[in-house]
Amino acid sequence: MTFNILSILPILVLAGFGMLVLVVDVMSARKLGEKNLLAYLSLAGIVIAAIVSRNSTATTLFSFNETFTIDNYALFFNILFLLSTGLVILISHSYIKREDINHGEYYALLMFSTIGMMLMASGADLLNIFIGLEVMSISIYILTGFKRSKLISNEASLKYFLLGAFATGFLLYGISLVYGTTGTIDLRQIASFVAGKGGVKDPLLLMGMGLIIVGLGFKVASVPFHAWVPDVYEGAPTAVTAFMSVGPKAAAFAAFMRIFLTAFGSSHYEWQKAIWILAVLTMTVGNVVAISQTNIKRMLAYSSIAHAGYLLVALVAANNMGVSGTLFYLLAYIFMNIGAFAIVIVLSQKGDVGMNIDDYAGLGFKHPMLAIAMTLFMFSMAGIPPMAGFVGKFYIFSAAIKSGYVGLAIIGVINSVISVYYYLRITVIMYMKEPVRDFHPLTISPLIVVAIAIAVVGTLHLGIFPSKVMEIAQRSILTLR
Amino acid sequence: MESYLFYIVGTIAVLAAVYLIFERNPVFCALYLIQTMVCIAVLYILLEAQFIAAVQMIVYAGAIMVLFLFVIMLLNIKGDEESKRSFPFRKIPAILMGIGLLTVICIILKSKLLQGKQDVYTVAHIESLGNTQLIGNLLFTDYLLPFEITSILLFVAAIGAIMLAKRKL
Amino acid sequence: MINYLPILILFIVAVGFAVTNVALSAVLGRQKPGVEKLSPYECGIEPIGSARERFSVKFYLIAMLFVIFDIEVIFLYPWAVAFKSLKVFGFVEMVIFIGILFICYFYIWKRGGLEWD
Repeated sequence: MTFNILSILPILVLAGFGMLVLVVDVMSARKLGEKNLLAYLSLAGIVIAAIVSRNSTATTLFSFNETFTIDNYALFFNILFLLSTGLVILISHSYIKREDINHGEYYALLMFSTIGMMLMASGADLLNIFIGLEVMSISIYILTGFKRSKLISNEASLKYFLLGAFATGFLLYGISLVYGTTGTIDLRQIASFVAGKGGVKDPLLLMGMGLIIVGLGFKVASVPFHAWVPDVYEGAPTAVTAFMSVGPKAAAFAAFMRIFLTAFGSSHYEWQKAIWILAVLTMTVGNVVAISQTNIKRMLAYSSIAHAGYLLVALVAANNMGVSGTLFYLLAYIFMNIGAFAIVIVLSQKGDVGMNIDDYAGLGFKHPMLAIAMTLFMFSMAGIPPMAGFVGKFYIFSAAIKSGYVGLAIIGVINSVISVYYYLRITVIMYMKEPVRDFHPLTISPLIVVAIAIAVVGTLHLGIFPSKVMEIAQRSILTLR
Repeated sequence: MESYLFYIVGTIAVLAAVYLIFERNPVFCALYLIQTMVCIAVLYILLEAQFIAAVQMIVYAGAIMVLFLFVIMLLNIKGDEESKRSFPFRKIPAILMGIGLLTVICIILKSKLLQGKQDVYTVAHIESLGNTQLIGNLLFTDYLLPFEITSILLFVAAIGAIMLAKRKL
Repeated sequence: MINYLPILILFIVAVGFAVTNVALSAVLGRQKPGVEKLSPYECGIEPIGSARERFSVKFYLIAMLFVIFDIEVIFLYPWAVAFKSLKVFGFVEMVIFIGILFICYFYIWKRGGLEWD
């Protein structure tokens, strides 16, 4: 039995700090306003976990009897998850104080959820991926209902939990069918089984694969498994919405690509059609419905569905450029989306007042810096150069063309053109309309300013100098197949 | 002998499940569900799956059913209230799903497509050590990591119970 | 299958004991039911309303915590059976597992999860 405790060091650090935060929280006298220590403690945990993650090995390392992988792919995602959790902690700090939900559990759940994501990205067998998915999802169900006194938050939590449990059931059924037909849950052994049979011909294995697509498709918020997204995004605390639009989505894509490229890589032909349909539906429904939204959180929810669609395009292409483009796009999406949510948090008031798009009228005159940052994030999400979103979309669509999916790329480009409309509308409202409300008091703290600054720098840097990160992404995916 | 036991216990399980569906009092429904679960535990024992049988008894027939009963008593549904609020045509998708599931089970049983992991785990090998010990040996060596992560999962679940169900924090 | 014979015997004895007692009291006892005798509290307290009252949600919290620790216990079963072949290594990993859940228990206790507020 190979057993390497160092390979799970980031997970251990996060688990340790998560429990430490809880213990410190319950041991100290509980005054909601004075819990800055917990935020700093959890940030320290994230930073230490990132440092120990960077002690990377050049080669793939298997541990725990080959059920756990540390390769460059897992490391890339580890850093990505830690970055998103870190940014979310930065933007949460003042928000959870304002909403009177400043409990230590908040930070602990964020960290436990990150553990789950890491497990999903590094699992070399379906069991690890499944346990990781559960740790991640259950933490987020709880975080969604964190505003205990608000009915909308409770409703969102319940809805997410019930539908999520159902999706988990599909995933587990799929896994059990795959195990039943191949006799193993190890991804590489499944791969050799599938290759030995010359592709997935077995109806039960095909069904297992389909059910896994359903389960993971729910987590990445793809149409037609997207019904939960708008309500949950609207009801959850805004900082949690920011978290679940990036972290779990990235984790689900990490697992998606690991399962489908490693285990089912040789039967690309069987699953690409299903993902093709998902991608087209997801992009189109997300973008078209986003146009008519008046609440900014709902609009960002539909925009997040649309972005999942672009990422699915890359999965259909399944060539090196597409997969590394997905990694790049997920990183870019973390910066632009958390940035946008940070500004939504700054401008809203206690009880999440001021979430309508019309409330942003006149922001450009009152708070020019915030308006510029928001414009930047919106441009990036719309895919306008020289922002990160443009480069990500460029990689993904050219990967699709390279693999011969010209039609899919065209649909994607048309969709991005549609999306320009609703992203630019916010900019237009900010600069060309008279203010309808007072923006004071802003929910601002040094931490959230740092987060917005990191997001702005990240969005611009990835847009202007993408080659370095793209190189890392390309190196990260070599071990996948 | 074992096949007789299978038919007896299996019949009781199916009968209890049918009663569960047609019973109107939710508390009795829960009791029928317990009966079904206990019968299924016996079936697991007949299959030499003692660990699964223990899980079935301790977790499902024990803990989960306590939770079920508490929910029923919390909601305090009277026997004949539920039928009014249910949406129309709910029977059609339910019947379709049932037929679909039955078809899948029939395909699996007929085709013998499901193989499972067989190479090492022959019937003789399982009987020499016992199912539970084999599971223990695997769970605590090869699948050590998922096992330890389960404790984190349970921790998260406990936080959830406190955060979402406790009245005063 | 023969290993389960003691359980079967115990089962038969238990069922037989219960059935015999109920049957004996029905056969041997004299039955003179009256209004007082059939009321739930024969000692004189008048029943008020139905016993089918709505339960407090607090029971539910306790039940959920029970399920969580019940699942912890179920892991002890294969561990105990396989303990001899796992040696010290198995002991250490179970200590870690229980240790994490002990912190969980500490958290629940300190957070007031076991209090009836």
